[in-house]
Amino acid sequence: MAEQRNDRDLLEIKNLKKYFTTNRGVLHAVDDVSFTLRQGRTLGVVGESGCGKSTLGKTILGLLDATDGSVIFDGEDVTHLKGRAWKEKRKSMQMIFQDPMASLDPRYTVMTLIAEPLKIFGVCRSKIELEEKVRELMQTVGLDEHLANRFPHELDGGRRQRIGIARALALDPRFIVCDEPVSALDVSIQAQVLNLLQDLQVEKNLTYIFVTHNMSVVKHISDNILVMYLGCMAEMCQSKELFRKPLHPYTKGLLSAIPIPDITVKRERIIMTGELSSPINPKPGCRFASRCPYTKDICTKETPAWKEELPDHFVACHCCREINQLDK
Amino acid sequence: MSLLEINNLEVQYVMTDETIHAVNNISFSLEKGECLGLVGETGAGKTTTALSILRLLASPPAKTVNGEILYKGQDILKLREKEMREIRGDEITMIFQDPMTSLNPVKRVGDQIAEVIMQHRHCSKTEAFRLACDMLNQVGIRDERATEFPHQFSGGMKQRVVIAMALACQPNLLLADEPTTALDVTIQAQVVEMMIALRKQYQMSMIFITHDLGLVADICDKVAIMYAGEIVEYGNLEDIYLRTSHPYTVGLFGSIPSLSKDVDRLSPIQGLPPNPAKLPTGCKFHTRCERASEKCSCDEPLFHEIEPGHFVRCHLFDQEEHDDG
Repeated sequence: MAEQRNDRDLLEIKNLKKYFTTNRGVLHAVDDVSFTLRQGRTLGVVGESGCGKSTLGKTILGLLDATDGSVIFDGEDVTHLKGRAWKEKRKSMQMIFQDPMASLDPRYTVMTLIAEPLKIFGVCRSKIELEEKVRELMQTVGLDEHLANRFPHELDGGRRQRIGIARALALDPRFIVCDEPVSALDVSIQAQVLNLLQDLQVEKNLTYIFVTHNMSVVKHISDNILVMYLGCMAEMCQSKELFRKPLHPYTKGLLSAIPIPDITVKRERIIMTGELSSPINPKPGCRFASRCPYTKDICTKETPAWKEELPDHFVACHCCREINQLDK
Repeated sequence: MSLLEINNLEVQYVMTDETIHAVNNISFSLEKGECLGLVGETGAGKTTTALSILRLLASPPAKTVNGEILYKGQDILKLREKEMREIRGDEITMIFQDPMTSLNPVKRVGDQIAEVIMQHRHCSKTEAFRLACDMLNQVGIRDERATEFPHQFSGGMKQRVVIAMALACQPNLLLADEPTTALDVTIQAQVVEMMIALRKQYQMSMIFITHDLGLVADICDKVAIMYAGEIVEYGNLEDIYLRTSHPYTVGLFGSIPSLSKDVDRLSPIQGLPPNPAKLPTGCKFHTRCERASEKCSCDEPLFHEIEPGHFVRCHLFDQEEHDDG
């Protein structure tokens, strides 16, 4: 597969920030995120709820205005595009949303829902062609044809999410932000959809940002993984490397918390105490300090720098070298 | 005598135009202190089974067509509603999937827990509130938070409140319906750890409903795999995880991306779960099964005991010594 993929950067994110003003202060949802993504690759973004992973996806697609930083898509800065220019770009940048019940109009039938993006961009010339295209898309995502005239509330969560995937695929995009696309699905269906997304990627040379909290799914589908904690980047490296040698204490805790469906594997579990602190007016220092078992003085004072601790393995942690005994 | 024994339970949802066969002829028993994992996909009948144990199904449309649910030897389905109300919330309790919908948003959490205690222990309001605070302590919530409202708690904390409520009367049997599905993994790990400890402490039996085979490996003693309203495989952890037998269970394991091994492509079960209003004849799984033969489409397979305590509902095991994968 690798030789088919172009080694060209399709997406470049530079110091992207998204702050929200709330009654209680400024909420730092995404704080200084930078990375590049090659065409045909998948970047998995993981973290717990509230870590800003969905906001990151939405900001990249311009669904939210970036507070600072830039999004460069295919060599063009799209951060501040407006109106028609954005509409044209949207054809190639699509999104699969987290909650299909909230992203689908309850008064539309499956047919209308999937036809909507095609109509907006005037892709099909006739009604027959449109219906044909919708059927084709329904087949691609595994929706039975007889469901075409049903409404979203008549379908189960799995099928609803398939409508969302069909809508995202309708315009033959080059880049898709998948925001928890399989979280609502049963494992057997989830596996089908993951295989489908992988097949489509190879077939159409698609580039994905795959946002999820499911670590086994992200390991399976991603080339690289970015771990986020409270809006900040905690760790980024190749997928296999992350699971073999996690460096950040948060990643270590996160990985050990996953239940493994194998009774022969015995693991030591690191139970992280406490919960995520508030992203509103965050204090300087490492955001993970309050839950971290290795916290030192410096962690509560200085924000840790984003450093390449091992080749192609980036971490933001003051104590990284010490905890992992990298110097020895 | 088992604490809970379900025999040939059959539940349908009868609607004007169709009948949904939600639970079809399931039987299992649960001993005191044991934890059974009920695993299956959406629509497999897991929640319907749990709700019928508590007799919480709205009827109509739900209809228990057949079977008995023996709790301490007594058939729950034959109890009068008044007697049932004494068992419900006291001896058998339930934790629901989504903590936000199972808590009353306009009542303080302490009062909500106290309500359960007052209902069953006939004590004063102050006494009940004090017991509620104790219970909150048990699940790791400081008692001063008892006067707060549900929206002031995070998701993990809300689920702890629900667990405190379910355990307030020290039940014999806890039905946990995907209690951690709505939580983040690190919070899930905290809640699961706590549930394991509390179960030991109270010597409670539990039915743990989930679709996560990883959680089952951590929590349960026995596992029942459900498909289309039937139990297709039943056994202890070793039976299910090491000597996986039913093609559906094999498919489930093949669908989970592994953390310990590198797999390029998942091997999911083909097709979709059957429409519960129009279940296929013969084996319910034959339409998706790679090893299905002609027999599977017409004859309903029996529940074979392929080794002591390990049951499989599949024609591949018709002669016990004949074939093992």
